[in-house]
Amino acid sequence: MIGKEAALRILMDALSHAGGTAQVALSSGESGLTRYANSVIHQNVSERNVGLSVRAVVGKKIGYARTNSLEKEAVKATVEKAFRFASFQQENPDFVSLPGPRPVPEAEDFSEETASVTPERRADLAGKVLALARKSSVGAAGALSTGYGEYAVANSLGIAAYHRSASAHMSLVGIAEDGGFGYADRMASDIARIDADGLAEEGVRRALDSRNPADIAPGEYDVVLLPYAAADLLEFLGYLGFSALAVQEERSFLCGKFGRKVCGDNITIWDDGLDSRGRITPFDPEGVPKQRVDLITRGVAQACVYDSYTAYKEGKESTGHGSGGAGTWGPYPGNMLLEPGSATVEEMIASTGEGLLVTRFHYTNVIHPIQTIITGMTRDGTFRIENGKIAGPVRNLRFTESALGALSRVETIGRDMKLQGSACVPALKIKGFRFTGATEF
Amino acid sequence: MHEITEAALARAQEAGASYADIRVIRRQHEGIQVKNGKVESLAGEEEYGFGVRVIADGAWGFASSFQADREEAERVAEIAVRIARASARWKQEDVALAPEPAATGVFESPLEKDPFEVPLEEKISLLLDADRILRQRPEVKVAEAEMNFFRDHILFASSEGACIEQIKIESGAGVSATAVEGEEVQRRSYPCSFGGDYATAGYEFVENWDLPANAEWVAKEAVELLHAPQCPPDTLDLILEGSILALQVHESCGHPIELDRVFGTEASYAGTSFLTTDKLGSFQYGSEQVNIVADATIPHGLGSFFYDDEGVVAQRVQIVSEGLFTGYLSSRETAARLGLERSGGAMRADGWNRLPIIRMTNINLEPGDWTLDDIIGETKRGMLMQDIVSWSIDDKRLNFQFGCEVAREITDGSLGKIYKNPTYTGITYEFWGGCDAIASEDEWRLWGIPNCGKGEPGQAAHVGHGVSAARFRNVRVGLMEEQA
Repeated sequence: MIGKEAALRILMDALSHAGGTAQVALSSGESGLTRYANSVIHQNVSERNVGLSVRAVVGKKIGYARTNSLEKEAVKATVEKAFRFASFQQENPDFVSLPGPRPVPEAEDFSEETASVTPERRADLAGKVLALARKSSVGAAGALSTGYGEYAVANSLGIAAYHRSASAHMSLVGIAEDGGFGYADRMASDIARIDADGLAEEGVRRALDSRNPADIAPGEYDVVLLPYAAADLLEFLGYLGFSALAVQEERSFLCGKFGRKVCGDNITIWDDGLDSRGRITPFDPEGVPKQRVDLITRGVAQACVYDSYTAYKEGKESTGHGSGGAGTWGPYPGNMLLEPGSATVEEMIASTGEGLLVTRFHYTNVIHPIQTIITGMTRDGTFRIENGKIAGPVRNLRFTESALGALSRVETIGRDMKLQGSACVPALKIKGFRFTGATEF
Repeated sequence: MHEITEAALARAQEAGASYADIRVIRRQHEGIQVKNGKVESLAGEEEYGFGVRVIADGAWGFASSFQADREEAERVAEIAVRIARASARWKQEDVALAPEPAATGVFESPLEKDPFEVPLEEKISLLLDADRILRQRPEVKVAEAEMNFFRDHILFASSEGACIEQIKIESGAGVSATAVEGEEVQRRSYPCSFGGDYATAGYEFVENWDLPANAEWVAKEAVELLHAPQCPPDTLDLILEGSILALQVHESCGHPIELDRVFGTEASYAGTSFLTTDKLGSFQYGSEQVNIVADATIPHGLGSFFYDDEGVVAQRVQIVSEGLFTGYLSSRETAARLGLERSGGAMRADGWNRLPIIRMTNINLEPGDWTLDDIIGETKRGMLMQDIVSWSIDDKRLNFQFGCEVAREITDGSLGKIYKNPTYTGITYEFWGGCDAIASEDEWRLWGIPNCGKGEPGQAAHVGHGVSAARFRNVRVGLMEEQA
């Protein structure tokens, strides 16, 4: 591990080579990933890497360069390359400035235990899940990844920020005879909190319960979406329209909708990099502290997220949602939360006369960005609900549905939040979810 | 580089590896993106590092590092062996590899103009010219033009004596116009969507697409789509042009023939495949018109190479022959498991820090003997669809749904009005079973897709698809309208 002091020293050295204003960022980390399938470990990898990126600013011209060497000569050459690129650039009249320094809250999401996990420990944990699945004659596929990362950023205007984090993630697709599939996953910064027994029990039970799935006709069904599935709705909204760049380019569903109702009264969504239920992210890749941004409150569109470029263009301050790299992606809400309700999943099922329980979606993609219409398949455990009870497994279905439309028809919201990708979400019960196709398994 | 390979291979074998290989890779990338009259990004990136793959105690281990020196090579080799031994505690049988002669040599992909030597001003100027023309229509709110260049210098060496050095340069470019009016947003792209077309070639490939000369119609069609009627729900004959058919081949043929998916090793993430081994040689994948090959040898293909990332020579493998399913994409391990004499050479890794996995090469639909004009002329009631908007397919690669940029109505052999937001859906083998006309070699071209995702940790592969336009009978279209 490089550590805060050394990381910032590398960045200051890099800045000393800058022929003008610049932003330099350092990433460093080690990770390991143990993959299992057919109930054996079949891939097992480790990686150690660093990255040093430079955004050079010459007037209103910007150049970007990146290297994965921290050798002094390589760092100097990369800074010079970024400035050389900037000199070839056209002026960008909308560029105002790199961000200036603001206090960054002390927040850490690090575990020494996770950062130092050995291949043997990963194999032991994976083996535990494989053994539990074997006991039930269920095949196991999935992965256990562990690792740590350091990120430091500094610029010529005085920003100097450092953060380190660790994470562990374990997944399981249980594969039973007669077409039974069951998904489960767990994520934590501290590997000691990865509940391998609970993971195995959940994935194996779901696989056994979903054997011999019945045919089902596409159509509108009331659905209970487990958090694995519900997260897709939120992540696609983040991707499609919560970015100031999408709003400025008039391709966001939020255009002309601020202050207006866009979904149900029971839906409140915000982004908060300091909420411990999500991934702790105290500042963005520009070094700007992450602000809590209320995106939708009681169904009413409130705001979008900004990086420094989109914020200064409107005379505002960045909300700390830059996405890094060469800067073309624009801001992104990477720490979204959907306000939980009070129901358990069991209560949601019990209150459903006829409907479906969906474990997760697969290969979701956008059909129409402003109408927020997305499509995808169900996967790894889809069940019919009849008279408030699980009536049996069904074959997978394709949905074609508006994400905001679905969030306008949420009847009940789960009480338990789960971090899934970049969103922290509860289970959702949605009326009249539209399925447009079926498959053979 | 050779000092690193020798040190790693020696140390791995001393530590107990029965097989070891190493790839040392220097990768350069240059990207230029222009948006709405501004050079949004001008980026130069360089990565260097190595990855060591071993078999020890009958199981795989892989470790990698950015620090390419002798001492680190030995440390990483030891870690790889340690990882393999940890994996071996949960094996059921030893890894076996299909035999492969140990190759040696230096190989360089052919090109006319090294893109890294072309002055930046010239490249920027070409993109700005195209962008300016895209923005001549006020409804175009986002005009984008981009080009990207990659240079990979790969040294592969193995404990079997292979030592292969490959230098490969790839180039690509594209433009798109996004028109917005009220709650409608429409995009058109050229030569294809999502960043354009790519090839193993030099800057001449970018020049040949002539982006500025095509920007005007791209913007015009994006604006026209704003006022076009919604693609209606229907079941009819569908003609796909190459820009979308390439993706259809990719998703519904390229992925399900990956033998690692078939054997279940991607089950938890990308999924498995409906093309199980019992179907090899007996399953009717498509109509008799359908012939598909996996060809890593075709000049300038984005999925072409000299040797794959486990030292297997590039090959041409028949995948579908007159509709019959006949072959897979394979590795040395999966080939041995299936009883093949040798690997089909499809193992590739996204850089030094990724384990090689089975990836597409160039998966090509072989040409038929029609012209597109004749296919249209002999279609009574149908639609012609072009360019990708969205794609989605189930985890066994059966049920798919694709969105396209534009559809054109066909009535009694003539093209009619355009429709916006077209979508179509089907089941893979039923869809290919309905293929009854494929355009000829004169209209066939090889498309390059630089962003095929697979694996954990995630890897992006550069793959190719050669296609000409083709017709498919009785396809369900207009899913978005059904939704509304």
